[in-house]
Amino acid sequence: MPSSASAGPLLEGVRRVGSVSLFFVRLLLQCVPALARPRLLIAQIYNTGSRSLIIIMLSGLFVGMVLGLQGYDLLQRFGSEDFLGSAAGVGLLTELGPVITALLFAGRAGTALTSEIGLMRATDQLTAMEMMAVDPLRYVAAPRFLGGIIAMPLLSAIFCLIGLYGAQLIGVQLMRIDPGVFWSQMQGSVTHRNVTESVVKSLVFGSACSLIAVHEGYHAEPTAAGVGLATTRTVVASSVLILLLDYVLTAAFL
Amino acid sequence: MAVPAPVTAGAPDAASEAVVDVRDVHYSIGGREIFAGLSLQARRGRITAVMGPSGTGKTTLLRLITAQIRPERGTVRVFGEDLAALNSRAIYQLRQRMGMLFQNGALLTDLSVFENVAFPVREHTDLTEGLIRKLVLVKLQAVGLRGAAALLPAELSGGMARRVALARAIVMDPELLIYDEPFVGLDPISLGFILRLIKQMNAALGITSIVVSHDVQELATIADDSYLLSEGHIAASGTPAQLRDSGAPAVRQFMTGSAEGPVGFHYPAPDYLSQLLKEDDA
Repeated sequence: MPSSASAGPLLEGVRRVGSVSLFFVRLLLQCVPALARPRLLIAQIYNTGSRSLIIIMLSGLFVGMVLGLQGYDLLQRFGSEDFLGSAAGVGLLTELGPVITALLFAGRAGTALTSEIGLMRATDQLTAMEMMAVDPLRYVAAPRFLGGIIAMPLLSAIFCLIGLYGAQLIGVQLMRIDPGVFWSQMQGSVTHRNVTESVVKSLVFGSACSLIAVHEGYHAEPTAAGVGLATTRTVVASSVLILLLDYVLTAAFL
Repeated sequence: MAVPAPVTAGAPDAASEAVVDVRDVHYSIGGREIFAGLSLQARRGRITAVMGPSGTGKTTLLRLITAQIRPERGTVRVFGEDLAALNSRAIYQLRQRMGMLFQNGALLTDLSVFENVAFPVREHTDLTEGLIRKLVLVKLQAVGLRGAAALLPAELSGGMARRVALARAIVMDPELLIYDEPFVGLDPISLGFILRLIKQMNAALGITSIVVSHDVQELATIADDSYLLSEGHIAASGTPAQLRDSGAPAVRQFMTGSAEGPVGFHYPAPDYLSQLLKEDDA
């Protein structure tokens, strides 16, 4: 069998997918016992969710404002600036909200998860748990994985909300679109299907980001360079996977 | 290096009493052979010392005994169970009967000293909070750190962290205690204290102990049986006194800490002078 060093990139890619898949199955088996420990779970929702709030809210505001500016500029060329509410609502809810939240989540919470678990590996904390007959998958990995899945849709919802406020700030307050028209257009365009798409996307992205972050940390080389490399891999793999999954899910919901 | 004949008189031979029984184990990492037919036993209620120069696989041996890794050949039996035949659930059950002190303490950094010691109790028992509190305080008192219960691991010195880790290792009253380099970096007071504690636990509770270290003098004061590990084999075994009196050059060199002898200090390398000159030319 070729060693991982001599294996081609394709083989290495297949090996990694296999490793993540096996890890995912083992993790899922530990999720039920992890749910029975609400304190651990709440701590992780706080770590991944609450601590990402500021960056999510700031980004949401600016993305919404840019959407308002660009949307207004484009729509007013056709005399359709009244549709800004529709464009902002659908765009934020189905695309920008879940995708940008997930990318920020991977950069903020994903890297924190990977480096935390990687350092626990490097300092023998995970081995110590195994020696105390406590499965680190159950105690460390599963609560962090579940915490990420729960936090992502909440963060995405907050991002969308602040983003809509940002778009309204530009469209209504600055460009003087009639507020009644702005909100009624949005109300008329955004469907239940859009909301479902947004929630499904953020749940899937949250699962993917958390899985990659926990997997990379758990299997990080127990050195400073190894933990650094694992953190980088988390951001790169999560970002690519988010965009790939976004395409698949968008196609599925059309 | 020629492997000297083992000092066999007084060496552990009653495998039936062995809590840990390692037989003809072969193991290599990255093509480098760490063990080539290693055999040793740790007998019930005794303190077994495993000594050897750095890089001889002492920590690897502990990882084999605790089923963190599996040998390529040979058997490792703990409490009479062949580790190779056990699934992960059975291994976890077996580990509940063991305690291990890690070289760096390996305390959980997000938990306080108290919670670190309480961790295995909370995970494996349904004791009331009051009982857990008493149990943890008793163990922390035993290592002299009851007053540090509220501190976080980051606020402890290396020696204190090791003592907390020892309290955590003994909190479940294990039958087998494994110490990985317990004396490194301890001040003389802590060192004497830990030595006495290991001896007392062994005498009072009948705990079987395996102590892996290269601190010959310290080990000699507490060990009942000793093994000297060298180049993948047991170079010598017996009581500390027998090892000290051994005529075998490698054993004598290790026990006296001499630079002269068959065990080289330098890692294999090309000729020093020619390498220096070659690099100058380059």
